[in-house]
Amino acid sequence: MSQNDHAVTANDQHVHRDDIGSKMGMWLFLFTELLLFGGMFLIYAVYRFQHTELFKLAALELDTAVGTLNTIILLTSSLTVALAITALQKGNKFLSILNLVITIVFALTFMVNKFFEWSVKFSHGIYPGSEDLTSKQNGEILFFGLYYVMTGLHGLHVVIGVALLTYVLVLIIKNKITSENFIKLENSGLYWHLVDLIWIFLFPLFYLIH
Amino acid sequence: MQNDNSKHEHHVTGYGTYILVWLALIALTSITVTVSGIDFGMAALGIALFIAAIKSALVINIFMHIKFDEAIFKVFLLVSLFTLLVIFILTFFDVVNR
Repeated sequence: MSQNDHAVTANDQHVHRDDIGSKMGMWLFLFTELLLFGGMFLIYAVYRFQHTELFKLAALELDTAVGTLNTIILLTSSLTVALAITALQKGNKFLSILNLVITIVFALTFMVNKFFEWSVKFSHGIYPGSEDLTSKQNGEILFFGLYYVMTGLHGLHVVIGVALLTYVLVLIIKNKITSENFIKLENSGLYWHLVDLIWIFLFPLFYLIH
Repeated sequence: MQNDNSKHEHHVTGYGTYILVWLALIALTSITVTVSGIDFGMAALGIALFIAAIKSALVINIFMHIKFDEAIFKVFLLVSLFTLLVIFILTFFDVVNR
């Protein structure tokens, strides 16, 4: 322990800050997310086990190209948010802001792709409760149900991520997050990487069944 | 890292490391997409999940900094992954034996 444990403000007052504690809280939250999505992956696994052939048939409807493009977009946005943290740690505020803006743009691009992807499905009459879908066999209905719920919940996380990253971006611009105090940026980065991680599994399980 | 000072001994990952990891992730993505076009039968799912697991390990260790953080975070991670694994095994034990 040293005197550096306390951040010293301009007035020389000691402000208590516990960065490891903050990060621990964030990780605990991420584990609840892991169990939330884990439960869905479990349902997916059981139904795929029971309806292997119908899952393959239903998956042919999905566009592998759009899925691959969105995978590359999310992986790249994970890179830029990581670069934003390093940049800020090295005291390069401009580079950090630039990388965060790129991350947010990628996230929005992901959602735009998702919008068009879902629109195409809807125009083919495939949406929850639609006549075309309910007339299909059980396995196919389950596949599309899981597809909409899992990519939908993931999409919701992307939207929340955009809000979180925008909030952090504003704090950096206002010098509330600095090279000395960047735990909020780090924790938001962790959240964003989790969104990427979930997608790493959603992608092969929905788009790459042939 | 004997000292528990969180602010001044923070490990900073270089830009180069992140870019290398990103290149590896993109390469693994193209491999998994290419491989999905080949008929491996029952092994296909295993291969796809194996590649996804490697990608996750890269993201968790480097991007999410677990490799450079305190050991307690690794313990957290292992406990939660183990919990998930147990839930999967117990559920499938039930499903398969019905």
